[in-house]
Amino acid sequence: MIIPIFVTTIFKSMLLSILAGLFVAVGLIFIGKFIKNKWAAVSLTALPLGLFIYFLNYIPQIASGEIIYQKISWIPSFGVDLSFQLDGLSLLFSLMITGVGTLVFAYTSAYLKGHEYLDRFYAYLSMFMAAMLGLVLSDNLISLFVFWELTSISSFYLIGFNNTSEASRKSALTALGITGIGGLFLLAGALLLGSITDSYSIAEMLQNKDFLLQHEFYILAVIFIFGAAFTKSAQFPFHFWLPGAMKAPTPVSTYLHSATMVKAGIYLLLRFSPILGSTEFWNTTLILVGAVTMLYSAFHLLFRTDLKGILAYSTIAALGILVFLIGLGTQEAIIAALVFIVVHALYKASLFLITGIIDHETGTRDITKLAGLRKVLMPVAIAGFIAALISGGVPPSIGFVGKDLIYEATLGMPTNAILLTVIAIVTNILLFYAGFVAGVKPFTGKLPETYEKVHLPSWLMWFPPLLMVSAGMVFGIFPQLLESAFVGPATSSLVNDSEGFHLKLWHGFNTILGLSAITLVVGLLLYFILKPTHRLENFINKLEVISPKSILFFLTNGFEDFSKGWTNFFQNGYLRHYIATIVGFLVVALAFIIFSNFDLSLDVSSFSELTTYEIAIAIMMIGAVIFTVFTNSRLAAVASMGVVGFAFCLLFLFYSAPDLAMTQFSVDTLTVILFVLVLYRLPKYLHLSKNVLRLEHGILSLAFGSLITILVLKVLQEDQNSEITNFYAENSYLLAKGKNVVNVILVDFRGVDTLVEISVLIVAALGVFSLLKLRLKTRDKK
Amino acid sequence: MKTIILRTASDFLLPVLLLFSLFILLRGHYLPGGGFIGGLVAAIAFVLDAFANGLKNTKTLLKIHPGFLMPVGLSLAFVSAVTPLFFDLPLMTGLWASEPIPVIGNLGSALFFDTGVYLVVIGASLTIIFTISEAA
Repeated sequence: MIIPIFVTTIFKSMLLSILAGLFVAVGLIFIGKFIKNKWAAVSLTALPLGLFIYFLNYIPQIASGEIIYQKISWIPSFGVDLSFQLDGLSLLFSLMITGVGTLVFAYTSAYLKGHEYLDRFYAYLSMFMAAMLGLVLSDNLISLFVFWELTSISSFYLIGFNNTSEASRKSALTALGITGIGGLFLLAGALLLGSITDSYSIAEMLQNKDFLLQHEFYILAVIFIFGAAFTKSAQFPFHFWLPGAMKAPTPVSTYLHSATMVKAGIYLLLRFSPILGSTEFWNTTLILVGAVTMLYSAFHLLFRTDLKGILAYSTIAALGILVFLIGLGTQEAIIAALVFIVVHALYKASLFLITGIIDHETGTRDITKLAGLRKVLMPVAIAGFIAALISGGVPPSIGFVGKDLIYEATLGMPTNAILLTVIAIVTNILLFYAGFVAGVKPFTGKLPETYEKVHLPSWLMWFPPLLMVSAGMVFGIFPQLLESAFVGPATSSLVNDSEGFHLKLWHGFNTILGLSAITLVVGLLLYFILKPTHRLENFINKLEVISPKSILFFLTNGFEDFSKGWTNFFQNGYLRHYIATIVGFLVVALAFIIFSNFDLSLDVSSFSELTTYEIAIAIMMIGAVIFTVFTNSRLAAVASMGVVGFAFCLLFLFYSAPDLAMTQFSVDTLTVILFVLVLYRLPKYLHLSKNVLRLEHGILSLAFGSLITILVLKVLQEDQNSEITNFYAENSYLLAKGKNVVNVILVDFRGVDTLVEISVLIVAALGVFSLLKLRLKTRDKK
Repeated sequence: MKTIILRTASDFLLPVLLLFSLFILLRGHYLPGGGFIGGLVAAIAFVLDAFANGLKNTKTLLKIHPGFLMPVGLSLAFVSAVTPLFFDLPLMTGLWASEPIPVIGNLGSALFFDTGVYLVVIGASLTIIFTISEAA
């Protein structure tokens, strides 16, 4: 038996950890209505929590340098397998996905309490988590692509969750469009890399690294991978979908658009940097794109007044820093990137959750209106303050360690060290500002009267951010914890020699400490001097006309108009027009093929002689056709077409194809009946179509008929390959115990075809049924 | 079209045609015929009856909506297609009973498959025709 073996393989594998989310998503369709109850919703948190613990268990194994590899054959003939690899990098991401997932699941149960579509929301979240885990665990590029697309799709559903709002729907579509283009890039890259190295396994590509770097298509492959990573991770000029994605409920922004999904591009770059990295092209492009992205969005956040907008732009800036660091490519830079991924997830997710609480309780995210909330939301204020410290890189938080590593990486570059460091410092100053605006500003100052009645929400909402920022502090004081469990193993899977490097909080007095001090002081000054106002926001909105977003929308609108015109021209709603278009196209195509190498020589002597029957049938058919064309009654036209059909049946019979004849006979009968049923109720021909149109259609029909005749005659000319016919004739009784070859082909040799055909038949019947019945019902209502 | 001749004739024709369609279905493996043609013949039998006696009478005669035959037939065909998988054989492998059965002859999974096709064809064509004639 096949099934038990299959089942046991699944249970042993990581596949189950991925499928778990999908199972829950499907299960929610059936049990969804029961989770409206709050505690039932909280119990769903068991899914990410269980997976988090499952992955925690792997830490000792992975830390000791082991790599867990599992493979299930999927489509072996194409080299596509479900192969999963758990190494340091995958583990780091898996823990982030499930860890943040746990907190977001818990948070959602309170944030969307009693929401009509809470079950849907959880289903999308579970689906997303499954896809994201699949993405970071896949070793096969094709399966990685499948999961990559699945994250885009679940993100689409989640951004458009408030589907009654037009802005939400539009943002969802933009995000899907941009990340979808990236997905196509990834597929192209996967196919190209697969054809170069003859394998879709990332581990095997690493073995062929030297060959890949020399290959003529290396640059193209890198461009494809970049295209995928830059769109997913919102790099300039594709960044604009991310601020739009903030239309999603806050848990989604936290989870997808800050902590995990947007890091998928970073993951891809990290995964491929040992394979494709360390070339001039790779490094320069990444540094350039990363630097532009981080500066552009860091400056942009100065002009925002919406808390989520500020956080969105600071997320883009952080993603820019990560791309920039991967571009630097040195060991220090990679370590800095890995630490920063964790740091960013911790503080940014917390800030988003805090923003969600503020929005939930006060009903606004406008930073110019919010102040003094510490009096009513104390635990949230504490979490916000610590998050701002981590974000700003204030010691002893983990943010400080992360920022130091970035400066160390830029200072360590052999060329342009000063320029790179300045870029990093400027971005960090602005991120410091963003963290304080989002985490501190709403809680300080005098509480406006309108917010005096605000009360603290359920602990399920304020505890998750507090937990995350506490972890940020603990990691900062004991960086060894972070290093041995997460960053160390991840580094060793990316860099050959990671020995001799340790995370430290205190490096002594040196240049880097000085730079950190500058960052803190300037950042703090900026925070106190610059107050976000609507005037600044309006100013930047005027420049929106030349932004990549507007240019892209201009292009897509143009394309839409063009498609509309194109469609209206070819599909104008008249059946005769459709048929004329189809036949016309066929005529042109057939004529091109037939006349491009025309050598028709007929050997008339090989034809069998005409019999009286055949002549009689031919006359009958011609007569019926002429009658059809010139009659003034629809029913008569249909009936005479039926005559043509029955004449064909006779021809089939004369040439000993009784099966065909019988089928043709029954089908023709039914067709005529159908026509009669429909036409019976219509009035008589009121007026014929115009003569010009009739002439046009007549010429088209004659051309089509003659071309088909030529085609059939040409087929006679070809050598007939009788191998297949002989195979069926010889084997139908031996293999399938049938003497009627036609039927044996239908039910045995090509049985799957038949199965699909009858399914199509059912779809057609259901289509007719639902179309007409629905129409009947609406008519009944009137 | 309620002529006495057609009505009387159709009362006799319906059972005969149905029997004939079954006959075509069963002989299909050795002689011209099969589930597809059989299904069409059966459908024509019912349509003829509907013409003679009116759609309502045919529907009462059928008892169930013809649409229900579609899932039944499809499941039958599908089950007979996947059954070989449980015997470790490729999809759609023909399975045959070792001893011939009286009247029917050699019994094989192909017959079940063909019966599925037969039911789907009846169900689909009758659904289409009945729906259209009700709507028109």
